[in-house]
Amino acid sequence: MSAAILTFALGYAQLVLSLAACVAGVRILRGPRAQDRVLALDALYIIVMLVFLVTGMQLGTMFFFEAAMIVATMGFVSSIALAKFLFRGEVIE
Amino acid sequence: MTPLAAIPLWLALPIAFLVMLGATLTLIGAIGFLRLGNFYDRLHAPTLATSWGMGGVVLGSLLLATQVEGRVILHELVIAFAILITAPVTLMLLGRAALHRDRSEGSTQLPDALRHRRSSETAENSESDE
Amino acid sequence: MSRILVYPLFSFLLVLLWMMLTRFSLGHFILGSAIALLAGKAAHALQPETPQFRGWRVIPRLIAIFFVDIIRSNIAVTRQILTEGWSGRKSKFIEVPLTIQSRTALSTLAIILTATPGTAWLEYVRETETLTLHIFDASEHERYLDIICNTYEPLLKELFE
Repeated sequence: MSAAILTFALGYAQLVLSLAACVAGVRILRGPRAQDRVLALDALYIIVMLVFLVTGMQLGTMFFFEAAMIVATMGFVSSIALAKFLFRGEVIE
Repeated sequence: MTPLAAIPLWLALPIAFLVMLGATLTLIGAIGFLRLGNFYDRLHAPTLATSWGMGGVVLGSLLLATQVEGRVILHELVIAFAILITAPVTLMLLGRAALHRDRSEGSTQLPDALRHRRSSETAENSESDE
Repeated sequence: MSRILVYPLFSFLLVLLWMMLTRFSLGHFILGSAIALLAGKAAHALQPETPQFRGWRVIPRLIAIFFVDIIRSNIAVTRQILTEGWSGRKSKFIEVPLTIQSRTALSTLAIILTATPGTAWLEYVRETETLTLHIFDASEHERYLDIICNTYEPLLKELFE
């Protein structure tokens, strides 16, 4: 019984999160301005991290957890760099 | 699927609820992303994903891992803490960058009071732009 | 001692984090401590100003208020996004006069406000001590002013100043 409940919940979460990733992808494509795309990219990173966590729960391994952490870190650093770029027009001063 | 069958029902229900709540909130945030009209409104949409969207999935994962491993697992809290601290920093920088760009372009999205005010920081920025 | 261990709290948290992510054992404790000491020195080189914690007792209250506020505004923003288009919601830029001045208190307030759905921190001007916020729902203008000036600011003042 609990296996069925969890399988359903994790499958639902994966489906819904993938849908959310697609929606964020649409916003990246549509823009209209650079800051919208960067914001959507930041959200996409977080959604992908959540997908990794859910997949890790489903498969019962710790490897996805480490991957999720790396994705979170990369998302933070890249979003900061892009936001800095929007501010000044150049990343390295 | 063997580890999932070993979870007692009283724990499976909250885990399922938390994960589904987190995923649904994240989707609502993403939908808001698509439907809201301007950038400053859209700035609020990802906070749904970074607060309880992330919180639900992380708490569910924490409960599941603790039950499966048989000892207290707190790894997920590290992710939760990192996201809780880093996501606002990104959003704040993006908000300020958008304000700076809209200001230097004289965008009509901004109210009059904001359009021309120059703080020491923006003055410094426009000097380096020249 | 204080030259080796520049930020005791920061280094302690790093050791704890290291051991949480690996394993609680002596080897990892030594390795983690070495990394924490080096990181403390590096952090000191980046920012020499040490943040001061004064009133520890308010931390649980601050976290509890933050937690409740996040849940409340999650519900509010979810409802507004789902009824977007026929609820007549308008967003608004508001200005809040602040009385806190320390950098640590300001950055904590920035994280609290931005992490809460419904408010986004846009700009703080030090000369005039005003903060520009973007709020998702203009009808909650009064409530945000009240919660920032009467709840968060006194707590942060007690904690850092």
